[in-house]
Amino acid sequence: MITFDHTTKTYEGGVTAVNNVDFTVEEGSIVVLLGPSGCGKTTLLRMVNRLESITDGRIIIDGQNSMELNQIELRRKIGYVIQSNGLFPNMTIEENVMIVPDLLGWSKKEKRDRFHTLMELIGLNPKEYRKRYPHELSGGQQQRIGVVRALAADPPVMLMDEPFGALDPIIREKIQEEFLQIQREVKKTILFVSHDIDEAIKMADKIVLLRGGEIMQFDTPSEMLAHPKNDFVVQFFGKDRAIRSLSLHTVKDLQDNIGLVDFDETIHDTKTININQDLRNTLSMLMNQEADQVIVTDNNDHKLGAVTIDLVQKYLHFEIKGKPAASQKG
Amino acid sequence: MNTKKLIGNIVRYGLYALVIIFFIWAIQNQYFNNIFSQSSTFIVLLTQHIQLVLVSSILAVAISVPAGIIITRQRFRRAEWLVSNTVNFGQTIPSLAVLALMISILGIGFKTAVFALFIYSLLPIYRNTVAGIDSIDEDLIDAAKGMGMKPSQILFRIELPNAAYSILAGIRTAVVLNIGTAALAYVVGGGGLGVWIFTGIQLFDNGYLISGAVPVTLMAIMADYILRGVEHIVVPKGTRRSQSAET
Ligand SMILES: Nc1ncnc2c1ncn2[C@@H]1O[C@H](COP(=O)(O)OP(=O)(O)O)[C@@H](O)[C@H]1O
Ligand SMILES: [Mg+2]
Repeated sequence: MITFDHTTKTYEGGVTAVNNVDFTVEEGSIVVLLGPSGCGKTTLLRMVNRLESITDGRIIIDGQNSMELNQIELRRKIGYVIQSNGLFPNMTIEENVMIVPDLLGWSKKEKRDRFHTLMELIGLNPKEYRKRYPHELSGGQQQRIGVVRALAADPPVMLMDEPFGALDPIIREKIQEEFLQIQREVKKTILFVSHDIDEAIKMADKIVLLRGGEIMQFDTPSEMLAHPKNDFVVQFFGKDRAIRSLSLHTVKDLQDNIGLVDFDETIHDTKTININQDLRNTLSMLMNQEADQVIVTDNNDHKLGAVTIDLVQKYLHFEIKGKPAASQKG
Repeated sequence: MNTKKLIGNIVRYGLYALVIIFFIWAIQNQYFNNIFSQSSTFIVLLTQHIQLVLVSSILAVAISVPAGIIITRQRFRRAEWLVSNTVNFGQTIPSLAVLALMISILGIGFKTAVFALFIYSLLPIYRNTVAGIDSIDEDLIDAAKGMGMKPSQILFRIELPNAAYSILAGIRTAVVLNIGTAALAYVVGGGGLGVWIFTGIQLFDNGYLISGAVPVTLMAIMADYILRGVEHIVVPKGTRRSQSAET
C-alpha cells in the first residue's frame, strides 16, 4: 500500500510539479496517474522511490514513512520500469533481469531458477534468450524484459512510467493484456503513469487525473467516465466518453443485464464474437459490417444469441448512464 | 561494390605496393644495416624509446582516466568546463615552450622527455573518458539508481563498461601518437630511436634515418594492433555493435 499524504514537490527553479496530493494505492491494485504532459505524473512517481526529494508532506509505503527508510534498500524493494526500457547494453538478458537479485546477494541457483520462471511468464524461451544482448531483441521484447526485470526480486510495489508508451499500438495492446494477466497472478501494488486515456481505462483499478500537479479526480475508471467531477475531467475524456466507457464492459455484462436478442440465421455475412469481448470492440465490429447483428458465442463456440447496435445503445443508457432505457424504443 | 569502396581499395593496395617497393629499395641499398652492425646501440635506443612511451603513457592513463571519472560525478559536474579548458589550454601551448620550461626545471634528459610526452597524452585520454561516460543514456543511469544500485556499482557495472570503447580508443590514439612523438625526445637528450633519425637527417645518411624511422613506424603499427586486441577483450560484447557502427 502506498499513501500520499499532502505530498508536494517544488523544483529548485520554483516550479511546483506536485501540489498537496492525497490518495492511496491499495494493496494489489493498479492506480494510473493520468493527465496531460507536464502535469507532474513522472515527478509524483519518482518521489516514491526517492529519485526526487519530497518538498512537503509524506509518502507512506506499507506503513512506513519513505523518508525514514534506507534509500538503497527502499529502491531494491520497489520495481521500477521506464518508457525507454533502461536495459543495460553491456549486460546479457539474464544479467539484466537478475540485477536486483544480484544486488541482494541471491545464490546462482536461485537466480537461474527465478530467471526461468520470469521468462516463462512472458513466453520467452529462457535458454534461447539468456546469453543474448538487449540490442538483439525487438522493441516489444525489450520492454517485456524491462517489466520482468522489475519483478525479479518479487517486490511488493511497482512503479511504471509510461512502460508501453514507445511501442506501436498493436504490440502495446498485446503487452497490456499480458501484463494484466501477470498482475492477476502476482497482485503487486502498482503506480502506473500514462497519458493515454484508453490505456488508463484498461489498466486502472483507479485513476488519478492530474492537472498542474493537482488531483482533479480520483476514482475508478467507470465512475470517472460516468460522473466526472468538473469541467476539466469532462474535457479531458472528451465527447466519446460514453464510447470509451464501453471498453469497461463485456458482452457478458450486457447479456446478464438486458439479455441478448435471437440471431437471424438467414443473414449470411454475420460475424461472431466471444462473450468475453468488450462492448467497445463489439460496437466497432457492428459498425464496420453490413449485417446489423453480431452472433455471440461462448468459449466452446456455441451460439448464444446476437447483439445489435440498438442493444448496445440500450445497455449504455441502462447501465452506464444509470438511466432506464424507457425513452428508447426498439 | 560501390565506387567509394573501389576507390578505397585502390588506395589501400596502392599504399601496400609503395610500402613493398620502399622495403625492396631500402634492403637493396642496405639501409637497415645499422640495426645489425650496431645491434647493441640499437637495442639501447629501442629500449629507451619503449621506456619513454610506456612511462609517459601509463602516467597519462593513471591521471586522465580518474580525472575523467571524477569530473563526470554529479558533484563536480560544474567544474567540468574549467578542467576541460585547462587541459585544452595545455594542449595549445607550443611544444617548444613546454620543453623550454621543463628543461629549465628538470634539466636535459629522460625525465623532461617523459614529462612532455605525458602532457601531450593527457588530453585525448581525458577527453575520450569524459565523452564515453557522457554519451551513456541518462535513462540507463536513472534505471540503475531506481533499482537501488550504489554510486560505485553504477560506475563499475554501468558507466565504465559502456564507456570502455571510447576510453580505450582514447588510450590507443594517445599511445600511437606518443610512439611517433617520442622520436623528438632526442632534442631534449631523452634518447630513443630519434637519435638515429636525427643523425640521419643531419648527415644526409639514409641508413641511420631508415634504421631509426622504420622501427618506430613498426612499433606504432604493432601498438595499434595490440591495443585493438585489448579492446576486443575488454569492451563488453553487447556495447560493441552500436559503437562500431559509429566509427
Ligand atoms: N528536474 C526538474 N527541474 C525543474 N523542473 C522540472 C524537473 N522535472 C520536471 N520539471 C517540471 O515539473 C513539471 C512536471 O513534470 P513531469 O513530472 O515530468 O510531468 P509529466 O510526467 O506529467 O509529463 C513540468 O512543468 C516540468 O517542466
Ligand atoms: Mg512523464
